[in-house]
Amino acid sequence: MSDRFPSPFEIETPPGAEGWEELYPYYMVFSEDRRVYEDSMFWFQDGIHWPTAMTPWDATFFEYAIAALSQYNTRHYLIPPALGVDARILNGYGYLSPVGVADPAEIEARVPHFLERAGFYFGNWDRLYGQWMEKMRALIDEMESVRFEALPEKEDLEVVTEGHGTGSGLTLAVSYHRLIDLALKLWQYHFEFLNLGYAAYLDYFGFCKQAFPGIPDLSIAKMVAGVDVDLFRPDDELKALSRAAIELGLEKTFAVTDDAEAVMTELRSTPAGQQWLERFEAVKHPWFNFSSGSGFYHTDRIWIEHLSIPFGFIGNYVAKLAAGENIDRPVEQVRAERDRIATEYTELLATDEDRAAFAGKLGLARTVFPYVENHNFYVEHWSHSVLWRKMRDLGRVLAKEGFVADADDVFYLKRTEIPDAIIDYYSAWAVGVSPRGPQYWPREVERRKGILEALRQWSPPKALGNPPEVVTEPFTIMLWGITSESVKAWLGGGSDASGGLSGFAASPGVAEGPARVIFSADQISEVEDGEILVAPLTAPSWAPIFGKIGATVTDIGGMMSHAAIVCREYGLPAVTGTAFGTSQIKTGQRIRVDGSNGTVTLLDD
Amino acid sequence: MPYVVHFDEYTPEVRLSLGGKNASLGEMTGAGLAVPPGFAVTTEAFTAHLAGTALGREVKELLSAADPSDPGALEPISAAVRARVEAWPLAAEVAEEVAAAYDRLCHQCGTDALPVAVRSSATCEDAPDASFAGEHDSYLWVRGAAEVARHVVRCWSSLWTARAICYRVETGYADTVVAMSVGVQKMVRPIASGVAFTLNPSNGDRSQVAIDANWGLGEPVVSGEVTPDNYLVDKVLFEITSRRVSNKTVELRVEGDAVERIELSGQRATGPCLTDAEIKAVARLARKAERHYGCPQDIEWALDSELPSPDNVALLQARPETVWSRQARQPVATSTNVMDSIVSTLCAPIHTRPQSAT
Repeated sequence: MSDRFPSPFEIETPPGAEGWEELYPYYMVFSEDRRVYEDSMFWFQDGIHWPTAMTPWDATFFEYAIAALSQYNTRHYLIPPALGVDARILNGYGYLSPVGVADPAEIEARVPHFLERAGFYFGNWDRLYGQWMEKMRALIDEMESVRFEALPEKEDLEVVTEGHGTGSGLTLAVSYHRLIDLALKLWQYHFEFLNLGYAAYLDYFGFCKQAFPGIPDLSIAKMVAGVDVDLFRPDDELKALSRAAIELGLEKTFAVTDDAEAVMTELRSTPAGQQWLERFEAVKHPWFNFSSGSGFYHTDRIWIEHLSIPFGFIGNYVAKLAAGENIDRPVEQVRAERDRIATEYTELLATDEDRAAFAGKLGLARTVFPYVENHNFYVEHWSHSVLWRKMRDLGRVLAKEGFVADADDVFYLKRTEIPDAIIDYYSAWAVGVSPRGPQYWPREVERRKGILEALRQWSPPKALGNPPEVVTEPFTIMLWGITSESVKAWLGGGSDASGGLSGFAASPGVAEGPARVIFSADQISEVEDGEILVAPLTAPSWAPIFGKIGATVTDIGGMMSHAAIVCREYGLPAVTGTAFGTSQIKTGQRIRVDGSNGTVTLLDD
Repeated sequence: MPYVVHFDEYTPEVRLSLGGKNASLGEMTGAGLAVPPGFAVTTEAFTAHLAGTALGREVKELLSAADPSDPGALEPISAAVRARVEAWPLAAEVAEEVAAAYDRLCHQCGTDALPVAVRSSATCEDAPDASFAGEHDSYLWVRGAAEVARHVVRCWSSLWTARAICYRVETGYADTVVAMSVGVQKMVRPIASGVAFTLNPSNGDRSQVAIDANWGLGEPVVSGEVTPDNYLVDKVLFEITSRRVSNKTVELRVEGDAVERIELSGQRATGPCLTDAEIKAVARLARKAERHYGCPQDIEWALDSELPSPDNVALLQARPETVWSRQARQPVATSTNVMDSIVSTLCAPIHTRPQSAT
């Protein structure tokens, strides 16, 4: 077993990807300028959010997200032992490095500030969260209001008669700047509560483990789960629409859903279909602004833009309902079970003081839970859907002028290159000549596509650099599920002596069945009834397939990862954070998933 | 008062007629704790045999010569008393009731000539200031109504072993206040058996049930002769949180009505002796006993080979756990102030990785 991961400076560029560094900001790549520091750190690949190579523009959210996370740790709440998380891009993949506060005196000095600042948020959580919801909706409205339009042949007369003194070129440039500033604002909102939410979770986790050393992680998680959260709304709405389809006698319409346009045409042609469409229209905003991936890639398909996705899910549900199956999530059962579990552990505690402390911690964990779960829908799904849509509007404008061949090619420009392209377009328009862009960008985009293709073929190492003695950074443990043990397992290569895999016991129960290994949302339709889903990670929008599968195994994620939460809601066994599930398990291979003990056994070769 | 009380018909009113051990079996049965089925022959039957009868007077007379300071002289007296008690014919009503109860038990277990254990349950065993544990006789693998009746009388006569006479005199228990109930209970032929604690004995964790298990009878587990399989089960979710399957070297197996000692090897030695469902069933039984008695329990259990798994866990004995229960429990919370606690958690976060499944 090696005692360290490869140095970021040893990693070679995949053939065909030469020059990839220029696709990302100069400060986001490993460089000789900071080599001593960079080589001294531990870097892990964030496959939860960025499982594959990022296009230049898509790296925007990587930068914004990690900076916003960090700012709250370091500058807002002064989390005593933790500064932010440093980020780099290597061969197109995102790597992160938690930064601690080394000096004990400095940790001590941060404590009173943390108590005051975090204490204020915990003390006013519901009010501030209510405020957050309003801010979020206002922000989304503002993002929706951003328009990208082609520059006109001539300015409108009012521009002259009202004495505007500015023209459409400025509007276009300002719109873009506004959009990316709103994106940064979005990411600041995203982390306004999250770090504190995880801190509350961790404290509650720690108490449970201390009071009951043998308590399963699952019990700890189950005691906070079962609250209705918006993250499940899209799936719940699909189910309601499926029931409506049955009531309205539309089973046949949803028998085949590959061609969404044909389904729409058929629906429009009958009164029952129209009635159904009214219901559909009423819920699609916001609930179907739902990404089929992590929401961090412009290629992630969004339900309202790809109706074959929600229609496909509805088709499955309609078939199940028609066959008399129950498709409801057992919400009441989950809630009753949650209360039973909490009551029983409370009874088992030693003293009334412990019971009071436990009630406080569990109460706080439950208070923060809705935010911790819901922010993902509002930010990564809904807001990102809007942002991708707006960027495509800009892409269409640029495509029309020949800057790019296709609207989506705009994502092969860096965030900071787009203002240049806009000024190129604007100034040539202003002069009345041809811009250089249409000669320059299509060629450059083609070259970049080649590089990205080469990068996507490459497998990033799980980690780089110097492994830490122990992983203590709370968010790294909680969010990314990275612990001293998982780092050790990565160094060792992953499988245990028997050739099985181990990970987090994320959702209880044992299930056996044939594996279905999938790497992206596009493959969801391959999953068949009774198969065990094996994936790098799962996205919330995969919820509808959880009604089909027998269990879930993921490479990445901890007890609070989405796969874990969804499986607990659906009562399916899950083992998360196995690191090597998708590389060691093959589709069709029979496996046994023990979600109670966090092990996966490969039953045949 | 009847001469026989089935455990599943036990009510607190009959407690005094059953002796502590039988009353406890009746109580556990009533609480839904799966003790092997059976019945108690009440102290009234004993009284009918001895009190106010010619036999009673004879016994009293024989005993008047006993001198506890001379143990050597006690032996012949004991032998004479026991011989007389065992030779005396059982009252017809008692014999009929015992036979009927035994028939019912056979019927209940779906077999004729059910092997049973016949055990003493003397009232003096319940005295808080004196332990008569092990002073009186028990007989295993008894079959047939007549044999059962004969062994009930043998249990009664074990009140007059030399040791028991001596012990009673020394502790000041007059013979006239001593009475004996006798328990008749199905013999379990165990697939596996062992003990269970309703806490983790290694760290006092009250959320766990700790189970030690071996093939066959439980004696080698209790005596420490084998390293048993060891499991921890969470009490609330009933998830198995730790399993240590040991190399089990020996099994006491019931063959016919005899116990054989078998050296183990291969898969039987190194494989687990319980299925997951059985592990959980044992844990549920232990937890149920704990809830019933309201304090941590130390139980003995067995998997009955004549019943379908995993509903075949029989509770053989339950007693309060004494080691951790005697210590004052230390609170975990250093403060009820959540903020202070969050700060210390952040400064020394725990690992959230499961520690189990090693």
